[in-house]
Amino acid sequence: MALDAYQKREFKQVGTRPNRPDGVDKVTGRAMYGADVTAPGMLHAKVLRSPHAHARIRSIDTSAAEALPGVKAVVTSADFGVPEDAFLLDVQDHCMAREKALYDGHAVAAVAATSIAAAKAALKLIKVDYEVLPHVTDLDEAMKPGAPVVQAGRAFENVPAGMSENVTHHCEFGHGDLEAGFAKADHVIERSFKTAATHQGYIEPNACLASVTADGKADLWVCTQGQFFYRTLCSAILGMEASQLRVTASEIGGGFGGKTMVYMEPVALALSRKAGRPVKLVLTRDEVFRATGPTVSSSMDIKIGMTKDGRITAAQARLRYSGGAFHCGTVDFGAQAAFAAYDLDAVRSLGWNVMTNRPKESAYRAPGAPLSIYAVESVVDELCQHFGLDPLEVRLKNAADKGTKSSYGPTFDQIGLKATLEAAKAHPHYAAPLGPNQGRGLSCGFWFNFGGNTCVSLSVNTDGTVGVTEGNPDIGGSRASISLMAAEELGIPYDKIRTIVADTSSLGYNDVTDGSRVTFAVGLATIKAARDAIKKMCSRAAKIWGIDEDAVEWVDGAAVPAGPNAGKFPPMTLAEIAAVSAETGGPICGHHEVNADGAGVSFGVHLCDIEVDPETGATKVLRYTVFQDAGKAVHPSYVEGQMQGGAVQGIGWALNEEYIYGADGKLQNPGFLDYRIPVASDLPMIDTVILEIPNPGHPYGVRGVGETGIVPPLAAIANAVSRAVGVRMTELPMSPPKLQKALAEKG
Amino acid sequence: MKTIQVSTTINGDPVEFICTPDETLLDVLRNRLSLTGAKEGCGTGDCGACSVTVNGRLVCSCLVLGAEAQDAEISTIEGMADGDTLHPLQRAFIEHAALQCGICTPGILVAAKALLEKNPDPTEEELRYWLAGNLCRCTGYDKIIRAVQVAAAEMRGA
Amino acid sequence: MQYVAAKTADEAVALLAGHSGMARVLAGGTDLLVQLKSGMVEPDLVVDIKRIPGMRDITPEAGGFRVGAAVSGAELGEHAGVCAMWPGVVEGFNLIGSTQVQGRATMAGNLCNASPAGDAVPSLVAAGATVRVQGPNGTRDVPILEIPAGPGRTTLAKGEIVTSIFLPGRPDRASDAYLRFIPRTEMDIAVASAGVSLVLGSDGTVESARVALGAVAPTILLAEEAAKVITGTRLDDETLARMATACEAICKPIDDKRGTVEFRTRTAGVLAKRAARIAYDRAGAKA
Repeated sequence: MALDAYQKREFKQVGTRPNRPDGVDKVTGRAMYGADVTAPGMLHAKVLRSPHAHARIRSIDTSAAEALPGVKAVVTSADFGVPEDAFLLDVQDHCMAREKALYDGHAVAAVAATSIAAAKAALKLIKVDYEVLPHVTDLDEAMKPGAPVVQAGRAFENVPAGMSENVTHHCEFGHGDLEAGFAKADHVIERSFKTAATHQGYIEPNACLASVTADGKADLWVCTQGQFFYRTLCSAILGMEASQLRVTASEIGGGFGGKTMVYMEPVALALSRKAGRPVKLVLTRDEVFRATGPTVSSSMDIKIGMTKDGRITAAQARLRYSGGAFHCGTVDFGAQAAFAAYDLDAVRSLGWNVMTNRPKESAYRAPGAPLSIYAVESVVDELCQHFGLDPLEVRLKNAADKGTKSSYGPTFDQIGLKATLEAAKAHPHYAAPLGPNQGRGLSCGFWFNFGGNTCVSLSVNTDGTVGVTEGNPDIGGSRASISLMAAEELGIPYDKIRTIVADTSSLGYNDVTDGSRVTFAVGLATIKAARDAIKKMCSRAAKIWGIDEDAVEWVDGAAVPAGPNAGKFPPMTLAEIAAVSAETGGPICGHHEVNADGAGVSFGVHLCDIEVDPETGATKVLRYTVFQDAGKAVHPSYVEGQMQGGAVQGIGWALNEEYIYGADGKLQNPGFLDYRIPVASDLPMIDTVILEIPNPGHPYGVRGVGETGIVPPLAAIANAVSRAVGVRMTELPMSPPKLQKALAEKG
Repeated sequence: MKTIQVSTTINGDPVEFICTPDETLLDVLRNRLSLTGAKEGCGTGDCGACSVTVNGRLVCSCLVLGAEAQDAEISTIEGMADGDTLHPLQRAFIEHAALQCGICTPGILVAAKALLEKNPDPTEEELRYWLAGNLCRCTGYDKIIRAVQVAAAEMRGA
Repeated sequence: MQYVAAKTADEAVALLAGHSGMARVLAGGTDLLVQLKSGMVEPDLVVDIKRIPGMRDITPEAGGFRVGAAVSGAELGEHAGVCAMWPGVVEGFNLIGSTQVQGRATMAGNLCNASPAGDAVPSLVAAGATVRVQGPNGTRDVPILEIPAGPGRTTLAKGEIVTSIFLPGRPDRASDAYLRFIPRTEMDIAVASAGVSLVLGSDGTVESARVALGAVAPTILLAEEAAKVITGTRLDDETLARMATACEAICKPIDDKRGTVEFRTRTAGVLAKRAARIAYDRAGAKA
């Protein structure tokens, strides 16, 4: 068995709920977030943004802005090169428009000045000569022949001939004979769905402080989910060597995937380089909505066949996603995830990415999966209603399990889907009575999870305490989980450990905090770094005792002779070994570097009860229960927190959140007033049931839990609404005007 | 723009500052007084991350001009703990995992404290409506509501 | 921009009347500061009226109450007398924004912001409240309905400010109610709204009524036909259905990001009949 494979054990600390190490800083206002950092001589930057959805930039005259007192630098795309790499060019173009402004809010110039007021005044003096072009913001429109072309020549070879130039990409997954499968069905339902783009809605606007010195060295303090990836992108765009740019992640005020991509950080660095002074750039909320984030919008056709006893015979999804004005591969995730919960003989998912005049898509919690699974789970639910079958039993009957060949290719190892379905079935929520205009919905959810490049350094201090240095911003309590795993492995108390998040010069490369990877991969690297340190401590003890190092083992935080033949010595604790480390060979550190595999997929099931006001179409969530497989819940409070937070984001997506574009191609709701994320009074308590089906690929059995939770709510709510009022809603959000109209049409 | 001199009291201490007439109290707290515990999430009163109290009233400091602070009593998150003794709400938030990213936490704590001073035993519904102006994107509010209930019970001596 | 905290209403009026550039009154500031932030307005002068004596007072007058122009939602909500007599006025005002916004927002500000969706206004219209306006030519009392001229515009002349709003006294068997529709439960702008004020006769039927609708036309609408429909009735279902229809008939809303014409119209009727029922029950409970 590989050292990092799962081994059953009795946990002493993992599974407890200690206070998080950054708690006091965060309840006293002391924690330093992106906008809280300052530097001597700092300038303030503002960005000029396109008021047009699509326009050629004929020229930009910055001379008047540059002449304004207090203005120290103005940059446009002319201050950047043209990277050869297509992905990098897209990233750069998204940060600063080059030939065309591709969406309302696209950056076209930026100013650094001695005050925010001066920077704002300078923006008004920049003259941009635009040639306004026809635009398209709806993805179905963008696919039609003759639609305005967002960017020409971007389609990959796999796009079928004859499609609009806006279609950049096509994908296909599945197996089996669809036609034969549908022929075996007693009933086939085919429906089309549409979902609006949403935003991650993190409460902290993107913010950074860039400082480039005359000798080409640079620092960037930034709220990011991945300081190393930001370094890669920024140094490549700025033409710097990676070693010369140190990126430090501030505390991060929410990301949910949205802070995995640079939006204005290269611009801040370019301004600092030009001005020769530190530059702070903080986006306004309006800018956050117009130029960062959003998810894909989608248009989908689902066809599923079922026998009258509830067996799915064939299933097909045709998914069209738009990732905005650039190429986007998120539809692949949607297509792969669509049928992951089912064990199917005949299944096919097809996907297309379509460009529209919208900002570039960024990841949002399980990117792509909530949409396709919403559509699939809606049709499954409708088939259950058609046959009068129990929706939980039907899912159990078709559920993927260990050994199932998944719809996207791999064969599943040990997974928790059936266990979560059984838990839902046994839960009192499933049997609770419902009142008039109330309905109960359920949905399965799935996410792949990810491991990736990870690097952890663990130092044993001479006073018997331990420092853990990891490279992933703590976005929801991960420092507590990492400390717990280090404490468990070393056999010392949790509060003897302090885990910190390193800057890019202090540790090897770590992938972004994404893919629900941190507790899994950083946890794995931490456990192995601890084992590395243990091995060294055992060796030191062996040296002191004068015995062979293989004759020493580690038990409960101390080195002990391994068995009676090793000799009789009292245990040496970590603190005792550390105290004399200078005499036994110097400092003791453990480390581990890995490109972690074996993340272990995660399944969840959500149950919800809603009530619809039949006169207004308002939907109220009455009761909500999340069942999810965590593999092993390291800090159960933060596992529950992920499940609850994901569920509520999904509830927002289902009911109210959407990017609304006007006929002029402008975003009409770039603020928290009209981009309506759920508020406290919208919600009931979100109950959670954690299942622990160990992930064979992690020493403690851990699976990522961060993303799966946002997947089921869309269909769970849609299915509940459908059952409450007898109207099948096929568009998200199910806002009251849409629901009231559907109810009126139903009569 | 001509600056204004303002004398005020913040967290019990006399404070003098100058500001321009268009600066908000939030700008003043963060940029002139280094009290960065109040956060700017929106600048339009829609998120509550900048919550403070002015003369005992809960407000969004982004919707107050700095100049209006003249002779006022202002309380911010920085004044909530008594030295190194955390307020029961602060303790409950840590112990009950009521924060994930923590950016909304200062505003929610200030708002919850204002509620409990007015109503020591709020129902869940009262609590949820009182805090409706404090957006949290991480937690789904569940653990926040529970933590405030725990702190409220402790403060009542229940 | 210049900021002045006026010490008297006369000073505020003189400043505003004598100023040549763009000037704005600052009461609660919950609209003005948002407009400043977005660059929507760039005034040269802001006159803060909160330090003017009387502006933050609620005073009994002629059996009713005079509410100073700078009284916040939180302050009005804590006034037992107003809450008992005009619960619909208080609930409409208290629905504006968050608890934080309530700490600052004023009814007069909501009125002068002149949004057709202002939550404080329909109940004031239904209540038959009047506004005291002070200007360069002295003081005048104006019915609420005459203040808004259209979205974002009022009938106030240059230099005029609202100093107070008067809520008249009323008989015991009377009450009011306000409902609005928003997609969430809080923090939104009304998509449609209705305020209803009723006086009951000794036989339990509606003796007189005033109904006002919000967010369904460029200004708040007084729904006179709807009021006529419910007068003399006990608000049976059939009457309420006719009332809703009468409300729908006068709606002239717009389609926008917050709602469709169809939705606003239909919902205004639904809310009017529900608000009427609440007001009726409140009035009956007092008897």
